[in-house]
Amino acid sequence: MISIGLGHYLTLAAIIFTIGIVGLFLNRKNIIVILMSIELILLAVNINLVSFSIFLNDISGQIFTLFILTVAAAEAAIGLAIIVVYYRNSSTIDVEKIDSLKG
Amino acid sequence: MLAHAIFFYTFSFIAIVSAIMVTVSKNTVHSVFFLILDFISISCLFIMIGAEFLGMIMLIVYVGAVAVLFLFVVMMLNVAQQKNQWFSAQESSKHIPIGLIVSVIIFFELIIVIGGWKYKPDLVSAMSLTIDKNITNTHSIGYVLYTDYIHVFQLSGMILLVAMIGAIVLTFRQRSGVKRQSYFSQISRERSDGVELIDVENNKGVKSDD
Repeated sequence: MISIGLGHYLTLAAIIFTIGIVGLFLNRKNIIVILMSIELILLAVNINLVSFSIFLNDISGQIFTLFILTVAAAEAAIGLAIIVVYYRNSSTIDVEKIDSLKG
Repeated sequence: MLAHAIFFYTFSFIAIVSAIMVTVSKNTVHSVFFLILDFISISCLFIMIGAEFLGMIMLIVYVGAVAVLFLFVVMMLNVAQQKNQWFSAQESSKHIPIGLIVSVIIFFELIIVIGGWKYKPDLVSAMSLTIDKNITNTHSIGYVLYTDYIHVFQLSGMILLVAMIGAIVLTFRQRSGVKRQSYFSQISRERSDGVELIDVENNKGVKSDD
């Protein structure tokens, strides 16, 4: 318990990843919270990469984390722009009411 | 070692609790606040295990840009007043058991993978990009990022450019009925468009409506 190893960090990443998945599946109200859950999932992946990089003594994992950070920022910008446009057109971003594709 | 353990458990407890609060919070603004808290505690963990550059970049990019962007959009769209009905929407009750089952299965799969994971014996010696302990974390990232990964680095810059153009194009709106300057017609205006020279005859004058 006292000595913190790779398994502790991986378990933390697994817990945060699962919380993100739960938020993605069970959120039925607000689409912005779904985007935040995706950010949580990417954060968990970043924890995995950084802890492997540190404990295996290889710098590549931190480089990949930088690129994931880039993609996450781009994804947040595009997703929020889409939400703004959708809100402007239909005055709602409720998950329940977005059903124009009839999926 | 004890201090390391105490810091790890503290920060990870804060991170997990705030991650839960992001998903269950009734108010979307509160969700964004807990998201910021989550990012800050995870970046503290990164700094603690020796990835200082990524911890700081995490603070700048996530807390400084992404979370503030979320906050702007939440305030702009006026969704803060809408009640976030967690587990209480009538039509969606059929999604909840399946979603919970799938999430629990994913969690146990991840735990099984972590528990049964071993190093391949020749893996550590086969790696080429080992961390040099004598230089700082930022130095070692810079040595690798601008040499071995330069193409991927350029490509990520291109991704950011495309994202910027995409966001501008998506939210750009051409308003009708707005008077604005026409630069082309202003610049291309000739002397002959504005000035007319007339020979005035004696005792006749010039009519103004000619």
